[in-house]
This record gives sequence, C-alpha cells and structure tokens, in this order.
Amino acid sequence: MGKIGLIIRREYSTRVRKRSFIIMTFLGPILMAAIGIVPVWLASVNESVRIVQIIDESGTVEYKLKSSNNIKFVYSQQPFNSAKKQLEKSDFYAMVHIPSFKDGDLVHLQRNIKIYAYSQVSLNVKVYIQNQIEKQLEREMLKAENVDQAIVERTESTIDVQIPVIELADVKNKNASADVELSTALGAFSGILIYIFIFLFGAQVMRGVIEEKTNRIVEVIVSSVKPFQLMMGKIIGIAFVGLTQFLLWILLTAGIYTAFLGSVKQKFSSDNIEMIMKKSPDGTSVDDIDKIMSTQKAIERVNQINWGLLIPCFIFYFIGGYLLYGALFAAIGGAVDSESDTQQFMLPITIPLIFSFVMAQTVLNDPTGTMAKWLSIIPFTSPIIMMVRLPFKVPVEELIASMVCLVLGFVFTTWIAAKIYRTGILMYGKRITWKDLGKWLRY
Amino acid sequence: MSNTLFEAQSISKKYGDFVALDNINISVPKGSIFGLLGPNGAGKTTFIRIINQITLPDTGNLLFNGREFLTKDIEKIGYLPEERGLYKKMQVGEQCLYLAQLRGLDKVEAKKRLRFWFEKFGIQGWWNKKVEELSKGMAQKVQFVVTVIHEPELLILDEPFTGFDPVNASLIRDEILEIRKKGATIIFSTHRMETVEDLCDSIALINKSKKILDGTVSEIRKQYKTNTFRIEFIGNLVNFTNAIWAGAELLDKKQDGDHCTVTLKILGQNSPNSLIANVLPTCQIISFNEIVPTMSDIFIKTVQAD
Repeated sequence: MGKIGLIIRREYSTRVRKRSFIIMTFLGPILMAAIGIVPVWLASVNESVRIVQIIDESGTVEYKLKSSNNIKFVYSQQPFNSAKKQLEKSDFYAMVHIPSFKDGDLVHLQRNIKIYAYSQVSLNVKVYIQNQIEKQLEREMLKAENVDQAIVERTESTIDVQIPVIELADVKNKNASADVELSTALGAFSGILIYIFIFLFGAQVMRGVIEEKTNRIVEVIVSSVKPFQLMMGKIIGIAFVGLTQFLLWILLTAGIYTAFLGSVKQKFSSDNIEMIMKKSPDGTSVDDIDKIMSTQKAIERVNQINWGLLIPCFIFYFIGGYLLYGALFAAIGGAVDSESDTQQFMLPITIPLIFSFVMAQTVLNDPTGTMAKWLSIIPFTSPIIMMVRLPFKVPVEELIASMVCLVLGFVFTTWIAAKIYRTGILMYGKRITWKDLGKWLRY
Repeated sequence: MSNTLFEAQSISKKYGDFVALDNINISVPKGSIFGLLGPNGAGKTTFIRIINQITLPDTGNLLFNGREFLTKDIEKIGYLPEERGLYKKMQVGEQCLYLAQLRGLDKVEAKKRLRFWFEKFGIQGWWNKKVEELSKGMAQKVQFVVTVIHEPELLILDEPFTGFDPVNASLIRDEILEIRKKGATIIFSTHRMETVEDLCDSIALINKSKKILDGTVSEIRKQYKTNTFRIEFIGNLVNFTNAIWAGAELLDKKQDGDHCTVTLKILGQNSPNSLIANVLPTCQIISFNEIVPTMSDIFIKTVQAD
C-alpha cells in the first residue's frame, strides 16, 4: 500500500497544481452558469420591444389586445392599402390586418386575418399575436352566444393546474408523490455528470500513461513497483483529482447560487409580499406572487426527492463507472506510443458511452421499460442509465443486480487492462493491432 | 558460493512462439563488474528485466546472495534502463524524492542523501528546475543519482554512458568504480567494447537467446590468443625472414628504409624466446609485442561464428 500511496499522491499533487486544473476549477461553474444564463440573456437582448400595428376594420379587437414586455400593439385608423405601402419605411415590426365582416360571421373573419411584414416574423411573436387574437375572438363569440360578460371575465382569471401523481405501489412512503419534471431533470443531470466525468478523467488516465511511456520513465518505475500498482495508483490518483474538481465546482456553484438566492429573497421578503399584495390590481405584481408561490412549491418538490438513496447511488455509479472505464483507458494508453495512435482503440470505449448518453432520452420517456431495465444492468451503460432511472422508482432487486454487475465489470476490465498494460508499457516503436492485444492477454 | 552475489539458473522465456531467452546460466561474483554483452535483439533487455522482476521467467531460478531471490530484494537493486527518462513537467528535486521513496527510502533520509549527491555533482541549483529545462546530459546525471541513491548491492546499468560528454562520462566512470570499491556489484550492458575492456572483470555474451561465451575478461582474451606478435626492428628484412621461416608465418610487413615492422604468427610448439634467439643475429630489435585480440574482435568473431 505504501508505494501505491506514493503514486496516488504524486498523481494527485502534480495535477492539482497544474494551471489547467486551476483554470478549469473557476471556468467550470462559470460555464455551467453561462449555459443557463446566456440563452435567457440573448433572448432578452434580441427581443427589443417590437411594435405591431393593428388595422382593425372589423372593430372586434380594437384596444383589447394585451401588449407584453416586448410586443406592443398600436392601433391605426389608416386605410389598409396605404398602411401596407408605408409599412416598409415605418418602425413597425409587423402589421396585422383584421378585415371587416358581415353578419357576425366570426368563423369567416378568423380565416381572413393576416400578418404582414418585410422581415421574417419570429415564431414567438407570431404565436403571441395568434393567442391574443384567438382570446379576443373567443370573447366575441361568447358575446354573440349571449353569455354574460361578467362570467367570461371571471372564468378568465388564470387557472394554474398542478396535478400531483400519487404512487399507489408504495403507500408507506409519505413522499410518494414524486415530481416528474424534477425527476427527469435530476436523472438527466446526474447522467450527464457521470458521462462528462468518465470522458474527462478517463482521457486523463490515458494521457498520463502515454506520457510515462513516451518519457521513458515507466521502466524505471516498474523496476520499483508492480505495473498493476502503477496503473491503479494512477487511476485512483486521477479519481481524487476529479472528485476535488467536482467538489470545488459544487462549492463554487453553491456559492453563486446562494448569492443569487440572497438577492431573490431580499426582493420577496415578507414585507415586500404584503406591499405587492396591496398593489395586486396591477398585473405585474400578480406575476411576482406567482413566482413566490412557485419557488415555495419548488422547495417542496426538492424535498420530495429521496436524497438518501440518490446521493449514495450517485457516488457509487460515479466512482464505479469511472473505475470501469478508467482501467480501459489505461490499457489503451499502455498499448500505444502516442495519442494519435489511440483512435482505433478508443472506438469500442466511446461507443457504449455515447450510446448510453443517447439512450438516456428514451429511458427518461419510459424509465421502467425493458430497454431501461437492461441498459441499467449492463455495466458498460449502467452508470449513466441507472442514474437517469433512479429518481423514478427502481425495484430494489434491479438496483442490486446493477451494482453487482458494475463491480464485476470493474474487476473484469481491470484484469484485462492490467494484462494489456503490463506488456504494452514496455513495447516501443511498434504499431499495435487488435491481434497483438489478444496475444498479450495470454502472456 | 559466498562470493557469488547473483546467479541465474537455466532461465528461459518465451513470448508466444518467439524464444527470447533459452536456458541462460550466469553467475555474477560479488564486488565485480560484470559485462552483459550481445548484439541488438539478443535477449539482453529481457534478461535484465527478469533480474529486475519486471518480467517473470517461464522456467529457471534466480539466486541472490546464495538464497532465493525475493520480491523485497528489488530494493537492493539499482537499475538504469537503456530506455530511460524522467517526468518532464516535474521539478528535479521533487522527482528525485519521489523515485527515491519508491525505492524504499523514507523522505528524510532520501532528502539527506540527495543533498549529498547534488553537492557532489555540483547540481544543487537544479533542485527547483523542471526536467524539461535540463539538457539530455544533465537529465542523465540526475538519473544516475536516482539509480544509486538507495545504495544498492547490485547495480544494473544499461548503456550508462550514452548522452554524456567525455568529461561527464569519465565522472560517471569514476563514480561506478567508487561504488564498486564500497562493495557493490555491477552488471553492465553495453555495445562499447573499449569500456568493457576498461571496466569489466568478467562477461557473458548472449546471442540469439543463448549464452555463447562467458568468463573473466583476461581469460577470454587469453583463450582467443592466436600466438601473433608484432616485431619492430632495424635491419635487413630478407635476412630477418630467412631467420624465422621454419618457426613462424609472416602475416604482414612494413618497410621504411631499414626500419621494419612485421606481424607474424608463431607456429607449432615454438616459443617467442626461440624466435627472438633466431632473429637476434640479423637485426636490432626495437619492440616485441604479443597481439592479444580485443573484446571487439572476440565479439565479432564469436557472434559471426554462431
């Protein structure tokens, strides 16, 4: 153990002091945050206020369409033809023409409403206009059917339907009403995390082995320790590097998150809520209350997840998956002379990984299906697929089978890798083929 | 047996169908410098790896100090492989400490000894340098230090002088002799026959996976003697040849006025003394030397004959 400990320590200490490690540590959370923030920001930047001109000859929608933050409706009495001619030079983003209609034939009218524009109209603008006009026409139709306007307005107040799923199979579990959206997000997220970890740090194992080989230091080292010790020391050392990196990412992200939460809390402190409540006739304040309510709901939903199972399982699959693939990466590193030679051997490793990544989508749609079941038991796909499935209920026997298979799979790949590695690291200047690898297994 | 440090008994190793070593028997006397010779691909590296327990032999025994060779004995060996290198991105001092600890030294002791060696070689300033900043020769020096840092009983050096300039090569040569003087045994693999003659006490020659020659250097050279002599004299070459014709065969001659140099082989039971007696009346002898074959000659001759 003493010498393996030395190797682990060297692998760890040289790597965490590298500039690239420090940069990645800070860049990681920023990138993660950027993935969340940039699309929102871009959307907000892009959608400057767009003014849509309404030419309403029918008089049905006039002054009744609701403008949004970035779509403003203006109404014009101009004749349609001249307005159409002026559109190109005007500041209007688009123009909506609602022709006049006879005999209250709203069905006929809705077929003849058109949007005119000189540039491509973005989809959300189009959908927004459609929704608004649809709503207004609905009102008109109800009016035509002699429905009381007061009733119409009352029913229109927003109805927010949240339908919880009660799992009857597990009555004992009080927190049985698992939230599908959150489970999906959680499953996908942990699956992706494991996928990234295996690729990132598995490749580091491979590069480390190649480095030792091309530096020609490997023979000096294996004259002091067994090749197996060197291989395992490297895999474990790099695992610690990865865990450190992830821990730092989590801490930094948590830091950013609490800072963000702090600002949100200040905004919605109880005093503020009361003030908002008082202001409630104003539309925006109602939105704010909705936000507060949904935040509280979100917290409830987070508490419903079975973290006591998820977290230990995540750690298990995280480490198990890495060790399984790490050994294979080490074997490849041992077999080749330079990184450019790794291509042909990388394929069989990357295929099951990418396959499970792609299949994650299918599994999310049907987390209890046969496909999901088998992929979460086969050790080459289980680290990702099982994590995707876990937030949904997984039978205990399947979980145990999956874990046992992963451990066996790890022992198996390590055994194979050790054989390839110990022969490969002392072979120089020969292009290795699959046949050679087969031969090495029998040495 | 007490003066044999290391012994290999009928070592064989196969890789698939390829026989890398075939029934090798070698014994290395304690305190000697032992040359392991052979052409490229003969199996030297495989044999050295077996001694270092990097590779296991298929059959055969290894004895260390007359008893079974154990895993922990590896710490009594220092090995400088032919394919050698250091971590390029690591600092010299840190790296030496790491390698010394892998060889079983504790950190404090390793630091103390490294300081001694760095001072001895005048390389204290390198401690915090990265290996990639060093020249090849400098890195070789560091490597030599790391190889001997744990004061091994058996030192295995594979082409230790490559990459050194003559000054540093002689520095390393002196260190090797010094280490031997302190009681270490050295196995030395090289293609440079002049260093073999200079340093080695005994050798083994491996060719095509088999040992084809071994013994002490002086014995082997004696064994390959061909009774050839070179005589330099002043006098008449014709008179000289007439005087020797029955007892020796003339191989080569050079004449510069009456200054002649001849190479000849003494035939049959004739002794050098009788030859000198025969030619003395005809000339004035300047020098009389026996031509002993060099290790290089012996190497080429035996390998080609095999």
